[in-house]
Formats: sequence, structure tokens, C-alpha cells
Amino acid sequence: MAVSLYLDQPFAQHALFAAGFVALTCGLISPFVVTRGMAFAVHGTSELAFTGAAAGLVIADNALGGALVGALVFALVIGALGVRERERDSTIGVVLAFGLGMGVLLLSHYHGFATAATNILFGNIFGISVDQLYGLVAIGAVVLLAIALLFRPLLFASIDPEVARARGLPVRGLGIVFLVVVAFTVTEAAQIVGTLLVLSLAITPAAAAQRYSPNPLVVTALSVAFALAAAIGGVLASLASSTVKPTVFVTSISFGLYLLARAIGPLVMRRGRTRSAAP
Amino acid sequence: MNAPSAVELRDATMRFGTRTLFERLDLAVAPGEFLAVLGPNGAGKTTLLNVLLGLTHLTSGHVAINGASPRRGSHDIGYVPQQRAFDADLPIRARDLVRFGVEGHRFGVPFVTRATRRRVDAAIAAVDAGAYADAAVGLLSGGEQQRLRLAQALVGDPPVLLCDEPLLSLDVAHQATVSRLIDERRRVQNIAVVFVTHEINPILPYVDRVLYLVGGRSAVGSPSEVLTSERLSALYGTPIDVLDVRGRIIVIGSDEVAPTEPHGDPHHVHGHVHDHGHEAHPWQ
Repeated sequence: MAVSLYLDQPFAQHALFAAGFVALTCGLISPFVVTRGMAFAVHGTSELAFTGAAAGLVIADNALGGALVGALVFALVIGALGVRERERDSTIGVVLAFGLGMGVLLLSHYHGFATAATNILFGNIFGISVDQLYGLVAIGAVVLLAIALLFRPLLFASIDPEVARARGLPVRGLGIVFLVVVAFTVTEAAQIVGTLLVLSLAITPAAAAQRYSPNPLVVTALSVAFALAAAIGGVLASLASSTVKPTVFVTSISFGLYLLARAIGPLVMRRGRTRSAAP
Repeated sequence: MNAPSAVELRDATMRFGTRTLFERLDLAVAPGEFLAVLGPNGAGKTTLLNVLLGLTHLTSGHVAINGASPRRGSHDIGYVPQQRAFDADLPIRARDLVRFGVEGHRFGVPFVTRATRRRVDAAIAAVDAGAYADAAVGLLSGGEQQRLRLAQALVGDPPVLLCDEPLLSLDVAHQATVSRLIDERRRVQNIAVVFVTHEINPILPYVDRVLYLVGGRSAVGSPSEVLTSERLSALYGTPIDVLDVRGRIIVIGSDEVAPTEPHGDPHHVHGHVHDHGHEAHPWQ
């Protein structure tokens, strides 16, 4: 079926707008997530967004609000407990497992539509209402503002924490603020790809982008471009197929871009060395 | 009254609980002077740097950087840490690392001005790193990285340069070039250098004075005054032999008595091969 038939339908317009906004925010945080080695933290945050969403459904029939609270609580717990990276990973594992258990318990008490549960896990971009769209835009605006303000100090603290600390930057505080930014972004992205597959928009774009260039601004721009391609492309492909969920296409396009980057990145990457210098 | 000291400590005492790192320390480092800070691990060398950086406060006494109290993020200080491994695919170029020295602490949209670019280029040229200014930092050798660290520390033209083991895990040739560069830059820019190290020999030709910290006691003076069997034996409270072998100073006997600390192993005062574990993670 032709995609153009859907494009004047509100559900499709909402979906495309939401996908674009989510991709923009995910693409922006992705380089920091990769640089800071936070893949597992992002995964944990999104799983706890699931628990929060389940709680939100049971208590107030509001999955998005619940997801945001769940993700924020998790981010603050990780920020408070896990100082060192190795310690942090085990802390995430511990809290994540318990949180998922709670999510299952909460869902067993939910007597609404069963699809509400699977929508949290795998995304439901074609079911976005205008109110939800406003919510997504508000969350996304917070993320955009935060990254615009924090870009340099966050990059400094991520790449070179010891010197950043010596230069007076609040390295630990920046880390916690970034975890909160991640929580907002993940909650937003979960609407499209679901909590289980958030990594395809929060990790993969930058992981692919940094194979093309060592320039942090170029990597950020490419990361946003790849996230947009995956999200928008995924929604359009799903409209065209009309049976396959957008999640499948989003993750596939994202993965395809990553494989492409691994294949041709080394050929494109400029080594940036004009001559072999003395030590 | 002479020109103000770049770094000044008066009657400075630092204690953690019952443990004294240094006591009633008096020290003034003049602009352009090269001071080496020596001593076993846990003797308080890095703590002293943290005091100068404004990250830790003295238990008692007075400290001044360029005539003012130290404060976090001061532009009067450049800081060079030890070399550590960067991942090869870390999205950061040599010039980005140096640019952190100008604006890494600034909040706001990362817009690179022409003036900043010029300063960064000049700092890179000053350490002769222009050939790899656009290369990914993770692909550079340890010596190349330390040149860039130096450029980053000096790009703001600070009156004081603090170095915390910048030669650790470099090979001998790189140790020599980085030491020579630090010496050259402090002469050109009239910078006071406070250089914490386990290994005096690479910097011995450049050092004006030595501060030696051991178990709460300290000695200050020229290398030939402080690095003698008598002074160090008195400092450690146990027989220490200082040998001068063709211009290299070797300290024998300090290993066994190096005071152990809660966080540190007793370490060699004379470093042979420093097989040093990297605390190399860009996150923390």
C-alpha cells in the first residue's frame, strides 16, 4: 500500500513528528552515552521506565508519567550509589532485576487492555494522542536545552575526568545531571521503540558515527542524522508494510547503519596525522 | 619586598585524622622556578597539589597562588596529570583536548571562535604537536598525549604549572622530551613549575629545588643539598644511601621503610619500571 495514503492521517503525522523529535534527542545524548560507557545504565533506566509505566497504569492509568518517574528514580539511585564504573554496573544489575520483578507484579494487577503492557515494552508510536505529543515535546525540549548548556563541560568531564576536576568542574554532579537527562530521553524514546529496544536509538547512532570521524561535533551531527534516519525511516517503512511494527524497522535500520559504518568507516576516517613525528 | 611568589605556603600543616602528611611547611616558589616534589607514595604529594588546586584545605597555615587564595577552576593554574590510555575510537581529536584548556569548563552552546582556534593552534605549535593536531587522541603515543596535556595546561598562559607524575608510564625517550618541553615552556612563559614525581632523574637537569616529603617530615633545598645520604637518612629515620651514578641519582633503602598508607602500596622512590595500573576510564 502506498505510504502517501497515510500521510494526511493524524496518527501517521503524530508518529512522524514524535519519531523525529525522539531521534533528535537520542542522537544528541548518544555520543555521551558511548563515551561514558553507559550502555548498561541506559538499558537499566529504560527497564525501570517499564516498571514505572506499569505502576503509572495501575495507579493513574498514565503510562508516560509513570515511566518518567521510574526512570528518574533509577537514575538518581544509580547516581547516588555507583561511584566507580565497575561498582556502578553491578549496582545497575541489582536494581534492574528487582525493578523488573516489580514491573511484572504490577502488570499482573492491571486489568486494562493487555496491549498496554506490550506497548510499553515494544513501543506504540501509532497510538500517540495530541496530549502525549505535547508531553513528548516538553520532555524533548528539556533534553535539548540541557545538552546545549552542558555540551562542553560534559564532554570534558566524560573524556578527561581527572583534569576536569582539577579545573574545578563538578565532575560527579555533571554525571548525575546527565543520568537525569538520560532518564528523560529514554522515557521519550520508549514511546517509539519500547523500553526493551531503546539502545537502538541511544547507543547505535553514536557507535556508528564515531567510526567516521574523531571530531566530537561531526560525531554528534552524524549521530543525530543516523537516529533520524532510523526513526523516520522505520515509521515510513512500517506504514508501507502495514503489518510489521515500526520497532522492527527502527532497530533494523539502526543496525544496518552500524554495520555500514564498521565496513566503510575505516576507509573514510581521516587519520589526521600529516607526518610521523618524533616522540 | 620582592615580586610576589607564584606559590606560597606558610606554616602549612595537613593532617588526616591522626596522620600528619606535612607540618609547619614553609615554601615559596618564584615565577620561573622548577620545584620537584619527591617522597614515597602516600607522603602527601598529591594532597599538596590538591591544596594548591583549591580542592582540599590545609588543616592549618596559609597558602597562596599568585598572591591569592587557591580556588577551584582558577585560571592561574595549569595542570598536567599522568598519561593514561584513551580508547582508540573515543571521538576526540588532539586539538579538542587542548581546547578543553580554554573553554572545557564553559557552559553554553559549543561555538568555536576564531580567537580560540588561534590560541589552540599556538599552544599546539609550542609543544611541536602540529603534525597530529587533527588525529584521534586514542591513536597517539603516550609521549604525544603528554605533549598535548602540556599544551592544554598552558594554553591559558597560567603563572603556575602543576604536574602530577606526568612522566609515569612513558618510556625513557619520551620522558626526556616531555621534561625538556616543560623546562622550555617555563622559561619562555616564566611559569613556576611544581612537579610531583617518583623519579627525579629525567628532570634532574632542570630542577631548581626539591621538596622531599616523608611521613610528616619535609626537606626543602637544591637537589644536591637534599638528595644526600645524610639528609634522607634523617628524613626517613633509617639509613638511606644516595648514589650518584654518572649524573643519575639512585636512592637505596627507601623502599622498605616507605610509610604505608590506607590507599597506597609502599612504592619505589627510585622508579625503575613503573608498571602502573591505569585508572583509565573517561567516566567516574
